[in-house]
Amino acid sequence: MKKYTFTDQKDTRSGFGAGLLEAGKRNENVVALCADLVSSLKMEAFIKEFPHRFFQIGIAEANMMGMAAGMTIGGSIPFTGTFANFSTGRVYDQIRQSIAYSGKNVKICASHAGLTLGEDGATHQILEDIGMMRMLPGMTVINPCDYNQTKAATIAIAEYEGPVYLRFGRPVIPVFTDPDQKFEIGKAWMVNEGTDVTIIATGHLVWEAIQAGEKLEEMGINAEIINIHTIKPLDEEAILRSVAKTGCVVTAEEHNRYGGLGDTIAQVLVTKHLVPQEYVATNDTFGESGKPAELMKKYGLDAEHIVKAVQKVLSRKNK
Amino acid sequence: MDIQRLENISKQVRRDIVRMVHGCQSGHPGGSLGCTDFFVALYFHVMRHNAKEFSMDGKDEDLFFLSNGHISPVFYSVLARSGYFDVSELSTFRKINSRVQGHPTTHEGLPGIRIASGSLGQGLSVAIGAAQTKKLKKDTSLVFTLHGDGELQEGQIWEAAMYAPHNKVDNLISTIDYNGQQIDGPTEKVLSLGNLRAKWEAFGWDVLEMNGNDLVDVIRVLELAKAKTFKGKPIMILMQTNMGQGVDFMMGSHKWHGVAPNDEQLQQALYQLESSLLDY
Repeated sequence: MKKYTFTDQKDTRSGFGAGLLEAGKRNENVVALCADLVSSLKMEAFIKEFPHRFFQIGIAEANMMGMAAGMTIGGSIPFTGTFANFSTGRVYDQIRQSIAYSGKNVKICASHAGLTLGEDGATHQILEDIGMMRMLPGMTVINPCDYNQTKAATIAIAEYEGPVYLRFGRPVIPVFTDPDQKFEIGKAWMVNEGTDVTIIATGHLVWEAIQAGEKLEEMGINAEIINIHTIKPLDEEAILRSVAKTGCVVTAEEHNRYGGLGDTIAQVLVTKHLVPQEYVATNDTFGESGKPAELMKKYGLDAEHIVKAVQKVLSRKNK
Repeated sequence: MDIQRLENISKQVRRDIVRMVHGCQSGHPGGSLGCTDFFVALYFHVMRHNAKEFSMDGKDEDLFFLSNGHISPVFYSVLARSGYFDVSELSTFRKINSRVQGHPTTHEGLPGIRIASGSLGQGLSVAIGAAQTKKLKKDTSLVFTLHGDGELQEGQIWEAAMYAPHNKVDNLISTIDYNGQQIDGPTEKVLSLGNLRAKWEAFGWDVLEMNGNDLVDVIRVLELAKAKTFKGKPIMILMQTNMGQGVDFMMGSHKWHGVAPNDEQLQQALYQLESSLLDY
């Protein structure tokens, strides 16, 4: 098992803030919109550097999405910022008609996704957003795994033409990817090569998958770990290459088991190379208040649950 | 200004509308006929725009956004008659494999359309966004919009209504088709709009009123609105129209909001609208 260490721990939303500033420096067409959550989205540095390219919308997310769509006409590249819940479910029709169907170059940047939002509880902990966004024709869906990857993804989507949903979060987690990485939209990252099982993880679950891989190694199980940061378009080749070798899959995500990464992978497996799969995801439930780590444990989204899912899928494979 | 020329175009656009809706036996003639004079004034006199070389960005051009997308027949006819695309394409309205979709869309690449609309309440936000980008790019051309009065029941309209004056979006001229009708009946019965002038003024807009079925008044008020731009406030025009204007049996009733005429009704309508240009 390849060793991953970290010297720093940061939140992915700070990676977004740093990436937004850098994207703004590289391209004067980059503008930012926020619905009254500037500090939560870590947009202060961008606002300080480019005050005239920042648009405070107030608590009016529908107007923000419509405005972002309109701003693309004439060449602006708008990045909208609010919580994932208010970036998707609250404004689905605005995104559908004015952004996706209209083919507008809007970057929907969504913080505080999933259970790890923590104490605010289920009203704010969206676990359905990947599903909603990936159903929209033409929408790119990205869920990076740490500070560095989120920063790189933010810079990369500014250079890509088309609507993007970028999902990140609030908790402070290890920074373990390369600070100078080049982020390739739609390209899987091979975290660790293995032979017995393929663990496919996205977002905060990638670090958990690495920890699970270390535990599995102690148990004599050689896990291949793939980071799917881009859920749509999906790197099918990387997945099919891996399952041809390992013959079974565990998917891991901070999302409902319906509509998320797991279903995305299952669709590929069912239609192209059928192997057993187990899901590490929330089980068709809403969240609740609590500390991020407590919630991830209670709802079965940590390394321990990934190990259990691997054991289960291996027993199915070996039947 | 040659009012007779504009009136002739209006007649032809009204013919196009009833023929398009008849041709596919679906669509929305009532609001389209009511707003015909407004569209003709805008596209043939008021706006600076380049029909021959359509560009999505519309740099240094005035932009128009139709928020109540269901009155697409009038929009398509005026775009075609302005030269954005060939008038023969109007015959494909609402039919399979057409760029002339039931509601306007950028998706099929029809020149002249810059945003999809149909799901109501979104166009004002889009227009504000486009107006803000114009300011960022130091482009002093204007942004125009049209909305239905029933559409004002959508909450997003009032989010946008609050945003624009606060942020001095003063390169924007919006218009409401104030015909008092919506699908289920008169707006006053379905969900009263109350005092619209007072509402928009309370939100901080500069409010004008006009008779949308009098081309002279439409041009006068649109020019007045242009003179009021870049003075710190967005502009809202309350435009009184008759739903179905120009076709006597369609006028003033919500019943022709979304119903197509049959063969006999088409002939009756065309009899009242003499052809000024060639039919498509």
